[in-house]
Amino acid sequence: MHLIVVGLSHKTAPVEIREKLAVPESRIGEALSRLCTYQGVKEGLLLSTCNRVEVYSVVDDIDHGYGRIQEFLADTHLSLSSEQLTPHLYWHTGDRAIAHLFRVAASLDSMIIGESQILGQLKDAFEVALAHKTTGVIMNKVVKKAISVAKRVRTETKIAEMAVSVSYAAVELAKKIFSDLAQRTVLLVGAGEMAKLAAQHLIAQGVGQVRITTRTPQHAVELAEKFGGTPVPFEQFKDDMASADIVLVSTGASHYLISADDVQRAVNARRNRPMFLIDISVPRNIDPAVRHVDNAFLFDIDDLKQRVEQNRAERLQEAEKAERMVVEEVGVVLEWMKSLEVTPTIVALKNRADDIKRSEVEKTMSRLAHLSAQDREIVEGLATAIVNKLIHNTMVTLKSEVNSSSGAAFVEAARRFYSLDNQPSIEARSGEAASQPENLAPHSQELPGEEAAPHIASRKRTG
Amino acid sequence: MAVVCFMVTMGIYFIATISFLAYLLRRSEALSKVSLGITAAGFVVHTIALVARMFASSAPSPPSVHEALSFFSWMLILVFLAVEFRHRIHVLGSFIVPLALVSLVSAAALPNTVPTLQPVFRTLWLHVTLSMLGTVGFAIAFVAGVMYLIQDRLLKSKRFNVLYAKLPALDFLDHLNQQSIVMGFPLLTLGIVTGAISAEFAKGSYLSWNPEQTWALVTWLFYFVVLLGRLTVGWRAKRAAYLTVIGFAGVILTLVGVVLKSYGTVS
Repeated sequence: MHLIVVGLSHKTAPVEIREKLAVPESRIGEALSRLCTYQGVKEGLLLSTCNRVEVYSVVDDIDHGYGRIQEFLADTHLSLSSEQLTPHLYWHTGDRAIAHLFRVAASLDSMIIGESQILGQLKDAFEVALAHKTTGVIMNKVVKKAISVAKRVRTETKIAEMAVSVSYAAVELAKKIFSDLAQRTVLLVGAGEMAKLAAQHLIAQGVGQVRITTRTPQHAVELAEKFGGTPVPFEQFKDDMASADIVLVSTGASHYLISADDVQRAVNARRNRPMFLIDISVPRNIDPAVRHVDNAFLFDIDDLKQRVEQNRAERLQEAEKAERMVVEEVGVVLEWMKSLEVTPTIVALKNRADDIKRSEVEKTMSRLAHLSAQDREIVEGLATAIVNKLIHNTMVTLKSEVNSSSGAAFVEAARRFYSLDNQPSIEARSGEAASQPENLAPHSQELPGEEAAPHIASRKRTG
Repeated sequence: MAVVCFMVTMGIYFIATISFLAYLLRRSEALSKVSLGITAAGFVVHTIALVARMFASSAPSPPSVHEALSFFSWMLILVFLAVEFRHRIHVLGSFIVPLALVSLVSAAALPNTVPTLQPVFRTLWLHVTLSMLGTVGFAIAFVAGVMYLIQDRLLKSKRFNVLYAKLPALDFLDHLNQQSIVMGFPLLTLGIVTGAISAEFAKGSYLSWNPEQTWALVTWLFYFVVLLGRLTVGWRAKRAAYLTVIGFAGVILTLVGVVLKSYGTVS
C-alpha cells in the first residue's frame, strides 16, 4: 500500500500543457471512477486547478502505479501524447507525497505563496472524491490532515496576512488612513483594469459609496451598474473630489489630470479630513507635487509595487516557519501509516493476547496453590486455547484482506478493537519515526529512474 | 506599605516601558501580551499603594505634588487599559507607559511633604483631582498627536517599516485626539474654577498672577482655541496633532510652575 502523487504544476509545465491537461470540474468524478478501475489502484483524488493537475493515489506497487496513473493522464487528454506529457511530470511517494500535499494545501507551492484559493480547491476535489467513493482510509486521513495543516499554517504564521497584489496593496494602505471603510466614499476616475480590481477589493472590504467617472459617459453608467455605484460626469469630477475619501485614478490620459491645486482645494473643502489618492496610470495622471499637500496621501504604481515586494519578502520568511510545520505534521501522519501495516499489527495483537493471558493465569494460580504441576499445565493450556481461538479469526482476516481495497480499514479496526495503540512497544517507535522526515526535501522532483527509495515505499509488503 | 508599593510600581513600570519599547521595534506580536500583563500588574500594585496611603493619612492634609503626580500616572494607565480593552491598540502602551513612568519618577524625586497649596480646604482636593483628570485627557491627546505625526510622516515618505505596521489608522488617532480634548477640557476648566475659589478663600483674591496660575490660564486658553478651531474651521488631522503636542508643553510648564511655587512657599 503506497501513497503516490503524479502531476505537473506551474513550476514544471508551461500554460499550454496545463490548460490541455486541466480536467473541468464536471468531469472530475467520472475521471476518478475511471482511475480506480485501473488494476492496482486503490484510492484516488484528482486536483485540477489552473496552476496544477495532480493525481494522488494509493497503489499496490509504486512502479506499476506510476505507469497506470501516467496512462490515465494521457487517456484523459487525447490531444496529449505521453511523450509530450512525461517531461513535465513529477512524482513523489510515501513521506514526500504527503509533504507535497501538505505544501500544496498550505499554499507553499503556489505561484503566489500564501494565496487562499488552493485550500478551497482541495476541499472541492476531496468532496468530489468522497461523492464518488474513490478515497479510502488512507486518503481520507491524509487529505483531512492536509486541510488542518493548511489551517494551522494560516493561523500560526502571517503567510496570508500581507497584500501581494498591487490592487490589494491599495486596500492595505487605505486601512492605515481610514480605520472603518464602511463610511468612506471611493471615486473611480477612468476604467483601467488595475483600478477596477482595486475598486472591487475596496467594495469587498465594505467601502460605503462608489462614484465613477469616465471620459465616455456611457462607460461610467455601465461600471456604476456593475459596482452598484453612482456615475459622475467627467467634467464635474474635480468638484466632486471633495466628497471622496479615496480617489482611484487610472485613465489613458498622457498628462496630469489632477493638479496639486485641485487636491488642495478638495482638502480645504473637506476641512482637512485626510484624503487617499491612488494613481495607477502610466503615464501618471496625478501631479506628484500633491505630496506637498498636507492631509493628502498620494501613492503611485511604483509605491504600491514597492509595498508588494516588501510583503513578498515577508511572506517568504513566514513560509519557512510553515515548512517546519509541514515536516512536523508529516511525521504524525507517517506514524499513523506505519500502524496500518499488517505484520506489526499481528505481532502487537499476539503480544496483547499473551499479556492478558499471562496476568490472568498468574492471578488464578496464586489462588490454586494446591494444584499439582500437571493440573497447572492443564489450566494454562485452557487459557492459551481460549486466547488463541479468540484472535485466530482476526489474524486470518488481516492476512487475507491485506491486498483488498479495505485492507487498511481492517487493520485500523483491529487496532481499535484490541486497543493496540496504547501498547508501550508502539509508543517507543514514535521517537524513531519523528526523526525520520528530517531529511525530506520538499522541493525535490524525482524522475522514475532515480528513485531515492523513501522509507515507506521501500518497505516490503508483508502478509 | 505605601512607600514600598510605590517603589515596586516604579520598578514594574520600568520593565513594562522596556518591554513596550521592544515591542515597538520587533515584529513579534507576543511581546504585546507580556508588556500588557506587566503593566496591569504594575497598575494593581499602584492601586494598593494609593489606597494604603489614603488610609495612612488620618488627618486631612493638603494633597502634595507627589500625590498629584502619582494619581496622574494611575489615571493615565487606567485610561490606557480602558482604551486597550476596547480597541486593542497595543502600540498605545509604547507611548503612554513611558509617560506614566516619567510622571512616577518625578513624583519620587519630590519630597512627599511638598504641598500643592498652603491652606487646608476641602475644595483643594477637588481642585487637584479635577486638574489632574484634565491633564490626563491632554496627555492622551498628546500621545495620539505624536503617533499621528509619526504615521503621517511614514505615509508621506512611503517608509513601510515595523512602526508603520503597528501604528493604527490616521483617522483613529485623530478621533482619539479629539475625544481626549473634549473630555479633558471641561475637567481642566472645573479644576481652574475650583482652584480660583480656593485661592479666594486662602488669599482673598481669585487670581494672583503667579507662574502656576498664569500658565494654567494660558494653557486653558490655548486648548479652548484648539477645540474651537477643530469644531468650527476644521483644525483637525495634522494641525490638531501639532497643536496638541505644543499644548502639552504648556501643561508641563504649569506643573513645573506648581512645583517651583511650592518650593518657594516651603523654604
